[in-house]
Parts: sequence; structure tokens; C-alpha cells
Amino acid sequence: MMVPLLEVKDLYVQFSVFEGELKVLNGVNLKINEGEKIGLVGEAGCGKTTTMKSILRVLPTPVARISKGEIIYKGKNILNMKPSEIQNIRRGEITAIFQDPLTSLNPVFTIGQQLGDVIKYASRYQDHLDKKEIFSKSVAALKETGMPDPERILNNYPVQLSGGMRQRVCISEALSTNHNLIIADEPTTSLDVTIQDQILRLLSKLVEKKKMSIILITHSLGVVRELTDRVYVMYAGNIVETAQTTTLFSNPLHPYTRGLMNAIPRLTGERIFEGIEGRIPNYLYPPTGCRFHPRCKYSTKECQEIFPLMYDTGNNHEVACFLYKEELN
Amino acid sequence: MGKHIILRILQAIVVLFGLSILIFFIARIIPGDPARLILGPLATNEQIKELTEEMHLDKPFVVQYYYWLTSLLQGDLGKSLYTRRSITTDLKMFVPATLELMFFSFVISLIIGQVMGVFAGYFRDSWFDNLFRVFSYIGIATPAFAIAIFALIIFSYTLNIAPAIGRIGLWLDSPPQITGLFVIDSILTGQWRTAFEAFKHILLPAISLAIANIAQEGRITRSSIIDNLQKDYIIAHKVHGIPTRIIIFKYLLKPSLVPTVSIMGLDFACLLANAFLVETVFMWPGISRYGVTAMLNKDLNAIIAVVLFIGILYSLMNLIVDIVVSYLDPRIRLQRGGI
Repeated sequence: MMVPLLEVKDLYVQFSVFEGELKVLNGVNLKINEGEKIGLVGEAGCGKTTTMKSILRVLPTPVARISKGEIIYKGKNILNMKPSEIQNIRRGEITAIFQDPLTSLNPVFTIGQQLGDVIKYASRYQDHLDKKEIFSKSVAALKETGMPDPERILNNYPVQLSGGMRQRVCISEALSTNHNLIIADEPTTSLDVTIQDQILRLLSKLVEKKKMSIILITHSLGVVRELTDRVYVMYAGNIVETAQTTTLFSNPLHPYTRGLMNAIPRLTGERIFEGIEGRIPNYLYPPTGCRFHPRCKYSTKECQEIFPLMYDTGNNHEVACFLYKEELN
Repeated sequence: MGKHIILRILQAIVVLFGLSILIFFIARIIPGDPARLILGPLATNEQIKELTEEMHLDKPFVVQYYYWLTSLLQGDLGKSLYTRRSITTDLKMFVPATLELMFFSFVISLIIGQVMGVFAGYFRDSWFDNLFRVFSYIGIATPAFAIAIFALIIFSYTLNIAPAIGRIGLWLDSPPQITGLFVIDSILTGQWRTAFEAFKHILLPAISLAIANIAQEGRITRSSIIDNLQKDYIIAHKVHGIPTRIIIFKYLLKPSLVPTVSIMGLDFACLLANAFLVETVFMWPGISRYGVTAMLNKDLNAIIAVVLFIGILYSLMNLIVDIVVSYLDPRIRLQRGGI
């Protein structure tokens, strides 16, 4: 079997707040192979961004604490790395694009200064570039994203650019330096619908061209269906289902996944037939057993007491739900 | 950028013009005949009438203001009723001393306040941060003259390591007046011993004056550092593997300085107000002490001159602050002045 590029094993993350401990991640497991495109889906507040920040080691300290788990990248545990090793990971191995391009660029520095520093300190260049080389590489990086007039853009401040252009800048920051893995955290959520599609196409085109792996975090199933090979469905700090994208869409198993799919408004349909009742649980006092049970119509006594493990239903399709226990045995 | 600055300078001129009108009319409305005040109780009616005509006091306010403003622009502020000298001469003597004091305490508070604020903010809740917060509460709550007196007792009287009063030792000559700032003048003319003496003299008053500002500005820097540390863009810089020192001193410091610098313009007024008392404690021959003396003696011309000087200094300072802020934050200059 192939050794995965990145493997998150049984990750628990807690946030200490005034009221107590928020148990946000509750044993997340996920894997990504070299060159693979995976999607991480779930509604807002289910821990997708926390997972991403754990991988990149940028959780807010000392509020957030990783209490258990491993994040193995190319055989080494990121959580045990020294600061210099983490810097190497960030400079050459794993990078990210953030949700909101309006806030993820520094407002008081020009695009050229920010992009220039990213290129300057990237592992491939080891801080050996002179100013001219940095400039020409910055221009090239912006051009790659289809940015018109890159020389002028480099002298602009983020406020002078539109949301779509800023996200192109963020993409060029992440893709200009040949990283292996990119984690895109809802890269289009805050953009206009018309721009969303452009940006996603651009992103997947570049990722393919550079043979990168990508973890696409989103709450849009449409995006996942179009762009990814495999999907993880996340609910309240747990992965509840994973399968190849085509399998998942043709045969969703977990009640939560089914709910998500039914909640998509269809242009051709008359109205939304079914959403999911209720909301994400309070992480201070998460439900015992399966965290989804208060919202699940198939919930049994077992669900309320015992935490369900992942059941492999064959064909790499795994689901954390007692409904599928019988099928396994 | 240039357009923004020109606009701002024009604004400052309008403000100063308004200030001059205000000061002039307040001075004229105050009861008491200036001619009689100048000549004293023994003057005859003829003398008073003569002086009244000479000072244009018999003309309408607008005409009086015109005469006053033209002579002001020529550098003539009239005569002090107390020292009997031209006020311009007095100002030339006292202003540099105050400027030197303000300059030093400004630089001290700028450097120490920022450094402490940045470290306290970055290492939030560490022992240094806790210490800094205690210091800043005390610093803000204690009046500058109290700090000055404590400093005098501890460093001059008890430890005897700093001179207590004046700008320079009695046995030394003042350096030739170039800028009027003793430390700088003596460095410019190569008188190292004088420079060192002058520096020793200014240290205590400048620090006592700076404490409140260090505390205030440090606190603001601290809180904006803490605020900005959680911003998406700082996380993005981290994710891109930018070295920590560059994140702190470049990407974090610049946006965090905007609120601090804006406050500095306002703190400058505090600095002037506190200087009145600190100059008195250290017998510092500055404009603030001159102003206090003028007020106690109802020396109207001198009061006008001091208020005007403070007004000019204050608007100049805020002009500089605005320019610095617009340099620090492109959003401001792009919105207001166009590109």
C-alpha cells in the first residue's frame, strides 16, 4: 500500500475559554496521498479550519491545545518538530490559501513587498535571490494566475484590488514556490458567485500543472464534486464518512451526508425538500456517543452511549455510523 | 501622497488663523486697560491716551487685529509687561530649553514605549507583560511632577548621581547658540564635556516627563499588537514561513503603530501641560515656567505669545503625526488624498 503524503491520526484539539474547555476536534483521521485532491466538507463551525491550522501549527496559543494525536508528514510527526523544521515545512512543503482574501493580505504593505518576502524565504531559493530576481519571479507568479498588468499590481496595496484579484494574489503567494501540498480553506466563500468559478478553475488548473496535492476545505458539495478525487465529510470535530467522490455522491451512507445533500437547493426543483434539523452542538458539553445523534432521525440508544468507529463498507468507503455495523459483520 | 500632505498643511494654516483670532479677542475682552497695565498706577491720563493711540487701542477690533497680525508675522509680539523686554527675545531664550526637554522625553518615550509595548504584546501574559502592566498603571496614574520629585529625591539627593537643577553645570559656559538645544549645539561645536554635562542635566526631567507617555503609548502598542497577532494576515505570513523577527518588526509593527502614533499627537498636549510642573521642579528655564510666571503676573502679551507658541507647536506636531500615519497606513492616504 502507498505511504500517504500526510496523515492526521486521531487528532484532538481543545480551546480553553472562560467557560471551560471547548472540545473541538474529537479524534480526526485523514490521509492524503501524493498528487491526490481531497475535499473536506462540513457545515460552518465543524472544525475544518481548526484541522488546517493544526497541520500548519498556527493554532492560537495558548488558547488552543492539541491534547492527543499525530500529524505525520513524509514519515515525521509535525507536532514534535522543532521551530526550524516547521519553518522548512512551511517554506517548501505545505502551504495554504485562506478563506477571506480581504483579511489575509497585510493592509499596510504593497503586494510586491508581501509576495516578494514569500518568494525570498521559500526553501527553493534559500534567501539567495537579489532584488531583481525577486521582482521578476513575483511578476511571473502573478502572471501565472492570469493577473492583468502584474508590474503595476506589485506596487499596489491590497485596498486597491478587488476581492477576486486579492485571492489571485493569495494563490500566487501559495503556488509560486513549488510546495507539495496546498490546503485551501474555503478559497471562494467570500467572493462573488461569478468570480468563485474562475478562481476554482484557476486553482485546480495550477495544482494539476504543478503536480501538487490539495486539501480543499469547503461547505459546498458542488465544488467538491467537480474538483476532488476523494472526500472527507466532517461533523462536529469528527470525520463521519469518507469515500471516492463519485462513490460518495452516488451512494451517501451517513445520515449527516445525506442531509447535506438533500439540503442543496436545486435550480430545477420546486423547493428544498429536507434540511437538517438543529445545529452544531455546543463544544463545551458535546453529546455523548455519536456527536450527531441529537440531530439524527435514526438515532438509537447505542448512538447516545457509544462513540461509533469507522466501518469499512468496501471500496474504500468508510462511515462512522452504527447503521452499517451489520453490513460489516 | 503629496496632495494629501498639502491639503493637511492648508488645514493647519486655517486652524492657526482661527487660533490667532480667538487668542486676540480673548485678550481684548479680558477686563483691564492694557495701556494702564503697562504704564502702572502712577501714569497720567495724557500718557495713557498717548500709549492707547500708539497701540491702536482706540480703533475697532478688526483694525486692531490687523495691526497685531501684521506685526506678529514680522516677528514682533510686543513687550512683556513683566520683564520689560521684547517678547521675541524672551521666547528665543526660553523656547529652546523647552524644545530640548520635549524632544528628549519624546524620543525616550517613543523608543522605550514601543519596545516595551511590542514585547509585552508579543509575550502576552508572561512575567514581562505583567510587570509592564503594573508599571503602566502606575505610570499613567502618577502625575509627572510627583515622579519628578521622587526622581529628584532618589537620584540627586540620595544617590547623588544626577544633577538636580538647571540645564548645565554652573562652572561651564553654555555652548554657542545654533539650534538652542544645548546637547546638540555642543556636539556640533565639538565640546564633548559640555555635551555630556548637558545630557546629564536633561536626563532626569526628560525621563520624569516621559514616564506617563511611555506607559500610555506602550499600552496602546501592546493592545494593538495583541489585536493584530490574531489577524488572518499575520497567520498567513506565518504559514508562508516568513522568519519570526521579520513578522514582528515588519509585518506586525507597522500596522500596530498606527493607533500609537495617532495618540502621540494628543499626548503631546499632555507633555506640554506636564512640562509646566516638571520645569518648575527642576528649575528648568523653559517656556512653560515663563508662561506660569506670565500668568501669575497678568502679563497679557507674554500669555498670548505662550499660548500662540503652544498652539503652533501642537498643530505642527499633529501635522507631522498625520503625515506619519498616512505613511504607515496606505488606506488613509489612498482614501483622502487620491493616489
